[in-house]
Amino acid sequence: MGDLWAGLAQGFWMVATLDPELVEITLRSLRVTLTALLIASAIAFPLAALLAVKRFRLRRLTIAILNALMGLPPVVVGLIVYILLSRSGPFGVLGLLFTPSAMVIAQVIILVPLIASVAHQSLRDLWSEYHDLLIAMNVTPWQKITTLMWDARRALITAALAGFGRGIGEVGAIMIVGGNIDHATRVLTTAIALETGRGDFALALGLGFVLIALALAVNLVTHWLGQTEREGRW
Amino acid sequence: MVSALFPLTVEGAKASRRGRVLVGPVDLTLDAKGITVVMGPNGSGKTTLLKLLHGTARLSAGRIAWACPPEDARPQLAFVFQRPVMLRRTVVQNIAYPLRLRGVSRASARAQALDWAARVGLDAMKGRPAWSLSGGEQQKLALARAFIADPRVVFLDEPTAALDGAATREIEAILAAARDEGRRLILATHDMGQARRLADDVVFLHQGRVAERAAAPNFFEAPATDAARAFLKGDIVE
Repeated sequence: MGDLWAGLAQGFWMVATLDPELVEITLRSLRVTLTALLIASAIAFPLAALLAVKRFRLRRLTIAILNALMGLPPVVVGLIVYILLSRSGPFGVLGLLFTPSAMVIAQVIILVPLIASVAHQSLRDLWSEYHDLLIAMNVTPWQKITTLMWDARRALITAALAGFGRGIGEVGAIMIVGGNIDHATRVLTTAIALETGRGDFALALGLGFVLIALALAVNLVTHWLGQTEREGRW
Repeated sequence: MVSALFPLTVEGAKASRRGRVLVGPVDLTLDAKGITVVMGPNGSGKTTLLKLLHGTARLSAGRIAWACPPEDARPQLAFVFQRPVMLRRTVVQNIAYPLRLRGVSRASARAQALDWAARVGLDAMKGRPAWSLSGGEQQKLALARAFIADPRVVFLDEPTAALDGAATREIEAILAAARDEGRRLILATHDMGQARRLADDVVFLHQGRVAERAAAPNFFEAPATDAARAFLKGDIVE
């Protein structure tokens, strides 16, 4: 219990004094996860819309694979990306291993199935609602996709925020491909793992509270977006 | 423009699903003017026939041909459903949607949508989310959205089926005005009062086939078939 209070106090103190190391680690966490989120969303949203609108032979199989990949173990993703990016791997020449770019790649692989699956549920429901109207209006496939994505924008943002939650709290994959290098690839989760290993529970808890605060902030944004939907504000 | 589309020729048109014939074979010719009311008991195939004519349902057999190539005809057609589909947008954005699809600028589409919102009596609620409108208001929005792209032919599938008297009267007034502007309306209904008020000619469907086709006064005064007589008398027609 003493560790918890000490952690809470230290976390509060680090945030209040804008501890440089904490700020650096937090900003790196945000940069890696937000970059991965942008790339993953750019892949997942159109993919989800296509799966909702288009009927093709392997559609059901693709949806089943996406759903299954939602539970992809991050450590395995990290291992695969590590092998691909290691010096003897096919992309070793790029020299990306143990850089934030490698962490972004691993997170994109983890986030795409999650965001695409959550987005697909919403887009599929909206498509069943819009189907007759859009068919009667003779809209092109591209217009169908853009209409669905615009009208389901709040649901898509919620899907992206779910991805953010998964990405910011992810540790297994980025630990393997990032290496948890101080001032280079250390992020909140890997720092927590390191400090716990060292026995510095207070610092680990302090970092943990910052992580929780970020997750709460994301939930508040989600809640606010839900309110704007009811009020039809955008 | 209308004369370029018509006559619409239907020859042996048939729609089936899983081996069951929903409509047909239907032979019909429609010319350029007025309101054709498609009548018949529930399950007689009114909606399917409308969708076949509009091109959204697939023909199992036969032929439906406009006087011009189908790719020229399609942009001149619109469809209004019994239960209007509301896009998750405001009233004005819903009405402007068909113009935006055609590449009309945002400002011009909005100006035209505001004009149509006023014409159908929705100007006071132009900024409201469409889903918050009542059933009658939603149907008026659907009509404005159908008419804004200036279609020559509008198919309407029981547009007042779930509406009260006041809303029905307003919508019938909009339809009568559209006819007076020279638009061709093809309306499915089983509301006999509405058919009497609006129809120029009647296509009576029974068990998926055209049982009778006649000018409205002739149909209502002297129906030629037993099924139509029974239907007009209010008997249950199967």
